[in-house]
Amino acid sequence: MIEARVVTKQFEGTDVIKDISAKFERGITNLIIGQSGSGKTVLMKCLVGLHEVDEGSVYFEDNNFTYMTRDQRKDLRKQMGMLFQGGALFDSLNVEQNVRFPLDLYWESPYKEKLERVNFCLEKVDLAGVNDKMPGELSGGMVKRVAIARAIALNPKFLFCDEPTSGLDPKTAKRIDKLIYDLTCEFNMTTIMNSHDMNSVLEIGYNIAFIYRGKLWWTGTKDEILESDNKELNDFIYTNEMIKRFKKKK
Amino acid sequence: MRIIRYLGQYLQFMFEVLRKPDKGKMFRKQVFIEMDHIGLNSFGIVFIISIFMGAVLAIQTAAQTDNPLYPGYLIGFAVRESTILEFSPTIVSLILAGKVGSRIASEVGTMRVTEQIDALEIMGVNPANYLVGPKIIAASIVNPALIIVSIFLSLVGGWGSTYIADVVAPNEFLSGLQMWFVPYEIFYALIKTVVFAIIITSVSGFQGYIIKGGALDVGRASTKAVVNSSILIILFNLLLTNLLLV
Repeated sequence: MIEARVVTKQFEGTDVIKDISAKFERGITNLIIGQSGSGKTVLMKCLVGLHEVDEGSVYFEDNNFTYMTRDQRKDLRKQMGMLFQGGALFDSLNVEQNVRFPLDLYWESPYKEKLERVNFCLEKVDLAGVNDKMPGELSGGMVKRVAIARAIALNPKFLFCDEPTSGLDPKTAKRIDKLIYDLTCEFNMTTIMNSHDMNSVLEIGYNIAFIYRGKLWWTGTKDEILESDNKELNDFIYTNEMIKRFKKKK
Repeated sequence: MRIIRYLGQYLQFMFEVLRKPDKGKMFRKQVFIEMDHIGLNSFGIVFIISIFMGAVLAIQTAAQTDNPLYPGYLIGFAVRESTILEFSPTIVSLILAGKVGSRIASEVGTMRVTEQIDALEIMGVNPANYLVGPKIIAASIVNPALIIVSIFLSLVGGWGSTYIADVVAPNEFLSGLQMWFVPYEIFYALIKTVVFAIIITSVSGFQGYIIKGGALDVGRASTKAVVNSSILIILFNLLLTNLLLV
């Protein structure tokens, strides 16, 4: 489990996120949703330590991440995987080297064992046999899937996904959502996913935190979200024409 | 005030760069890769510049000393001294600041804007150390070797020009090259080169590392990297000359 306790982050004196407290449960997909600029990415970066919080704390299974030493954080990071918006694959390395990178860092095993793990991860994301391809040769969906393979290479306890479906067609986006959900269940990970894609929300939103103007505005599940009478949340959800029609019909 | 903040950021960055590598084996591998990128890939440009630099230097020196009272061997001597003391270490380093510096800044900058540096950080790697440390070490090893080659090629170029331009008898030029040689001057040239190599790689890496924004900022950082490292090379050239030669 990951917990944010009264987290505040400022940039140049302005609160970008303010007093956010939220719990992200293990074994389910936790979604942070909100409009562009609402503070979702900043919150995620605070959770993983890419931004230092100005106030509050972040807990990883009762360990206060905010006050950890450099070495303690490094140890914890072995248990983290992150999928970035653009994939963030290393351009100079091929697919196999990208997925093997965290293994080279932390595993002392021979190359053969690492290769087995790489192939296992690539099979999990349905990309077996693309080991020698360079990131530039891959499609957007494939880049995301290789990035997921890299993120799960060390069998992490915590998986972070920053807008994993942005820029993808609906079919590929659904595939990525399903993949993240399946991996979360299979490896019992605590997965936190940033999204403003309503399809993702309704597909895999088992624990949803809605951020509005830097504040936690609403929490609930995918079953509760369409029934909510929260005005700001409804404004966000019902910009999607399909959902609007569905609601009217109902 | 901005300069002080910039300097502070640079020192903080260098503190991170100089930390113990997270994984020695991967760091060493990166050093060899960078030696190839920085050194071998720059050989062509160093070759061309050095040959022509030596040739032009010989012709210009001859043109300035067109007096029967000046012995011909002085041209060879002057070309050797100028090449070892100034032209090869400084001019070639300035050229490398343009070629290598812009490459480093754009490489690191692109990694920053595409979140590859964040990805390294999430994996528990110190990105400054992993990305820039090997470049500094590689350039500090390879650049002095390039400068030695450059000195040799420049002298060959000067000697070649005595045949083409007929400015002085080749054997007189050759005897001038061998006269009053002080080995310390080579040491001085190499010390300068190592300092310039550290400036080129660290300043360019820093410029790329601190980028905020997108592709446009990568271009800006690349330009800044070349300008700042060139200015620092010139400043340190003066400082080191005063310290080591006077």
